[in-house]
Amino acid sequence: MFFSRRARRIFLRARFLFCLPLLGLIFGCSRHEPPADLTIINNVEPESLDPAIIVAQADMRVVSGMFEGLTRLEPVAARAVPGLAARWDISADKKIYTFHLRTNLLWSTGEPITSADVVYSWRRALDPQTASRYAGQLYYLKNAEAYNTGQITNAALVGVSAPDAFTVRAELKSPTAFFLDLCAFPTLAVVPRQTIEKYGDHWLMARPLPVSGAYELAAWRLNDKIRLRKNPRYWDAANTQSELIDILPVGSPNTALNLYERGQVDIVWDKELIPSELMDVLLQRPDFHSFTYLGTYFFRFNVTRKPFDDPRVRRALALAVDKERLVKKITKAGEVPTSHFVPPGTANYQSPAGLTYDPERARKLLAAAGYPGGKGFPRFEYLFNAAAGGGGKIHENIAIELQQMWHDELGIQMDLRQVETQVFWGMQSRLDYQLTRSSWIGDYNDANTFLGMFVTGDGNNETGWSNPHYDALIHAANEETDIANRENLFQQAETILVHDELPIVPLYIYVGINYFDTNKISGIWENVLDQHPLSSIRKKIKN
Amino acid sequence: MSERKVESTELRVERRAGDSAVSQLSTNNSQPVSPGGRAWRRFKQNRGAVLSAWYLGFLLVVILAWPVLLQVSGGDFARRHNPDQLSDGQFAPPTAQHWFGTDVHGRDVFSRTLFGAQISLLVGVIGAGVSLVIGVLWGAVAGYVGGRADSFLMRLVDILYSLPSIIFVIVLITTVGEMLKQTHLVRQSPAVEGALRVVLLFVGLGAVSWLTMARIVRGQVLSLRSRAFVEASRTLGAGTPHILFRHIIPNIFGVAITYVALTMPAIILYESFLSYLGLGVQPPMASWGTLIAEGVGQINPIRIYWWLIVFPGGVLVTTLLALNFLGDGLRDAWDVKGK
Amino acid sequence: MYFVRRILFAIPLLLIISALAFALVHLAPGGPFDSERKPASPEIERNLQAKYHLDEPIWKQYGRYLGDLLHGDFGVSLKYRNHNVNDLIAQGLPVSMTLGGLAFAFALGVGLPLGFITAARRGRWPDQVGSFFAVLAVCVPSFVVAPALILIFAMKLKWFPVALWESPWHMVLPAVALGSYFIGKVARILREGMLTAAQSEFVTAARAKGLGETALLFKHAFRIALLPVVSYSGPMLADLLTGSFIVENIFQIPGIGVFLVNSSLNRDYTVVVGLSLLYALLLIALNLAVDFAYTWLDPRVKYE
Repeated sequence: MFFSRRARRIFLRARFLFCLPLLGLIFGCSRHEPPADLTIINNVEPESLDPAIIVAQADMRVVSGMFEGLTRLEPVAARAVPGLAARWDISADKKIYTFHLRTNLLWSTGEPITSADVVYSWRRALDPQTASRYAGQLYYLKNAEAYNTGQITNAALVGVSAPDAFTVRAELKSPTAFFLDLCAFPTLAVVPRQTIEKYGDHWLMARPLPVSGAYELAAWRLNDKIRLRKNPRYWDAANTQSELIDILPVGSPNTALNLYERGQVDIVWDKELIPSELMDVLLQRPDFHSFTYLGTYFFRFNVTRKPFDDPRVRRALALAVDKERLVKKITKAGEVPTSHFVPPGTANYQSPAGLTYDPERARKLLAAAGYPGGKGFPRFEYLFNAAAGGGGKIHENIAIELQQMWHDELGIQMDLRQVETQVFWGMQSRLDYQLTRSSWIGDYNDANTFLGMFVTGDGNNETGWSNPHYDALIHAANEETDIANRENLFQQAETILVHDELPIVPLYIYVGINYFDTNKISGIWENVLDQHPLSSIRKKIKN
Repeated sequence: MSERKVESTELRVERRAGDSAVSQLSTNNSQPVSPGGRAWRRFKQNRGAVLSAWYLGFLLVVILAWPVLLQVSGGDFARRHNPDQLSDGQFAPPTAQHWFGTDVHGRDVFSRTLFGAQISLLVGVIGAGVSLVIGVLWGAVAGYVGGRADSFLMRLVDILYSLPSIIFVIVLITTVGEMLKQTHLVRQSPAVEGALRVVLLFVGLGAVSWLTMARIVRGQVLSLRSRAFVEASRTLGAGTPHILFRHIIPNIFGVAITYVALTMPAIILYESFLSYLGLGVQPPMASWGTLIAEGVGQINPIRIYWWLIVFPGGVLVTTLLALNFLGDGLRDAWDVKGK
Repeated sequence: MYFVRRILFAIPLLLIISALAFALVHLAPGGPFDSERKPASPEIERNLQAKYHLDEPIWKQYGRYLGDLLHGDFGVSLKYRNHNVNDLIAQGLPVSMTLGGLAFAFALGVGLPLGFITAARRGRWPDQVGSFFAVLAVCVPSFVVAPALILIFAMKLKWFPVALWESPWHMVLPAVALGSYFIGKVARILREGMLTAAQSEFVTAARAKGLGETALLFKHAFRIALLPVVSYSGPMLADLLTGSFIVENIFQIPGIGVFLVNSSLNRDYTVVVGLSLLYALLLIALNLAVDFAYTWLDPRVKYE
């Protein structure tokens, strides 16, 4: 016959053997961990937990729980309050900050934290070898930019020093109103020199990992979870509310919603994680909280290409956008349509008015620019990125609406161009586009984080727009110590940006959305930076 | 699928090839003795396959007639059913106005489904066609020429089989797509750019699907080449290309066609997967893949806009079912011993 | 001898695959470090590129990569810069293999009986219904099956968890979602194989001996028909491992399928090449194992 008896027997036996390893796998692979006190969905997996190199807001939420800076943000209004530094003195000219560290600071592994660590951390963030993409946050220090760009190689020349073990002296180029907020920013957090010098780039893999913040890293499994455990040696450990926190990297709004509904997670905090089609239903529920947020959704013009080098054309397109409709029909989270760029709620600042919806005026402007009724206007492209795997299609949907609006009101034809996200960032920075969707979230609570980027040559400008008057206003504002004068200078600059020249057209202000049950979770307050220190969050009813 | 299956199909093909040679000699029979005629009779007996053929034909007619209908009718009807026409009536359930409801932009889902069908079927047919052409040529040459060339060609197939095709397709679409977009021709005309992505899709998808076809064809050719009628042809002095095109390829026609019918569903599914990733056809064009990807995002426990997934999904599944049954029917029809 | 030769041949094959993957992914536009926040100066961009040798000519980068590979070092992920590719594989592969194994078992567990029944009751209603469902299984994309399963079994009926990968209960829905497509394929392959076998000479002889039809089919036709199923298992397992992307994505499972696709989209060169090599290795190994099992099971088959 076909099978020898031996083969037949082996075959039959093999079939059962196959089941055993399978069973073994099933039970071996299930985890035996105690459940966490708090489970939070934080948007996608962080690129890194190294404070100096992270860029994304989601990454920063985790890192701020692990590494602290001289100041930290308090949970209610996200203002800067003493962190590792107990107090500070500011010189009369506002250029020298002297921070006095607490004397009882310890790394989670037991070594003392001293001012040398602070100086080391800041210099490391500025070190060209570290290649930190947020090194610009430290450029307010004297010589910092020169060191970071390689013009000088002696790190000691940068304006930060440690006169003694508990004092840090920061010398600024010019008075910077938001410097204390910057000190709470993760790029300026204090990192363990001893571990970095020992392990180099893989220092985050060292176990135990010394941390300066409220939580230690108990486990880090990519695309699975980050488990944080309370750091008992943290100076404020007495006030750390939760013992074990699990941070889950979920990128899909539907999955996040399902997990929340089933009670598998306690908090979901990222505005991208709410399905926009359900927005109207969800926002009625008490556990869905929406609040104003320092973030703006806008689009950029590439002003180096015709016909967008003409401000009249740009103004015409801006005037023909019905932002109300975008917000009501597409995004639906109660966002505020905006004609100015800096969000309301920014400290010490009120934006001037920009251009409001006026299609009639738009048509007149377009005609004045040489395209009456849209005749002769070339076809142009709107660039946006694809959302892989069901992560929300807002950009595409807004693009489609804009296309229709401009076609109906102005008679011009726009084409959609969707590219992959990585390609998108590259094209944007190379100015390889005509219009591109954009957004910006404030790094700290000051108008400069929004207006500063449109200065000539700034890496985040990405429009090719350059206006010396605007540059002068921004520089002057940042040197200004009087709050009222500063506001005035910024207002003048913003008027140029959103009323006269319009290299960008703001569409709406982001609304931050978190969902958690206020009956169960305490310690989260809504603030404009959407910053919620992990240490103050507590779950009242345990599983 | 594999070389093992080739053995069983081989046996069947041997008989058919012999029959065709025989029938070419005897021309005086009144009954349809040709393998084509016999296959057609067997096919007609397969109810499922016939039903599928009718359905596909119907679908094709509707897809082709609909744009014409919109052009001809004009006015309100045409505007409402224009697949790109935005409206304020978003997420409307199926009504007399919009037979399949509307989507987030208030666009008519029925019309979008039909226009999307054009793209999906086009991608499927041409993709399968591409894989057919490459696979048949490759396999026929490898099987007939044999020796080192055969070894080389099949080793290449092995290599390509081991590459994760998903990466290849993603990279092909983005790299070549971006490179071509930079060319002058494409920059001039946005219509060309839109078409470009569709072309890339079916070339890319076809290019990763021909491997199995090549293997199967090679197996067939290997058995055919030692058959008497091929020997005879060679003795008569026929050159290799002549033998390949006049004798070998027509005899693998049956197998090739059935695998085309069976590859189409795979390609259409693959396209929908790419659309789910955002790499399929670009907006505002729609394909079934993009429609379903949109619709799937609507599945949640709170409120489901069921028409966004049921209708496009239903049409997709029905069409794929029909293609599969048709393919099975064809395969059974060409077999002597089959079903 | 044949198998030894194939194993030896695998080495240059892997080399070619690594070169191909390397070249393809570097050709794609966009780089791993393009991001929303631009660095304050182009210097930083240059430093970043230099740090990972991305500014060197491509053949030099490849040479460097091969050198590391010989030490078993797949490199550092360019996106998750604190993790080695080896770590990613060590974390993700067992998960994907478990998921794939379960889906495989599910596919066989349902597909084989289904194929058998449809072949045994050919032409009658179990065949028609069964075949219909088998074909249906092959026509529904997994990214439709998965959310539907979640909605019904996890949200409405609450029998299983919605997502994540923490206990055997978490593994059920993903395995079903992943395996459903292959149930259809396995059933159809088995059915076809059995129908062919049922016509062959020795089965006719056995029938003449007077064996009952079902027993006959099971004892003889089934075993022969298993051979094509066995040879399909190779590519099936490979597809399960990588085609699991959608299921892993929807159920938030930390396997390598997600890494494979995301790394292509992120232009994470090292991960793309590393995982391509892994996949190729697995596929070669699986095909070899399947061919070996084949010779074992059917002594007629000889490889020269």
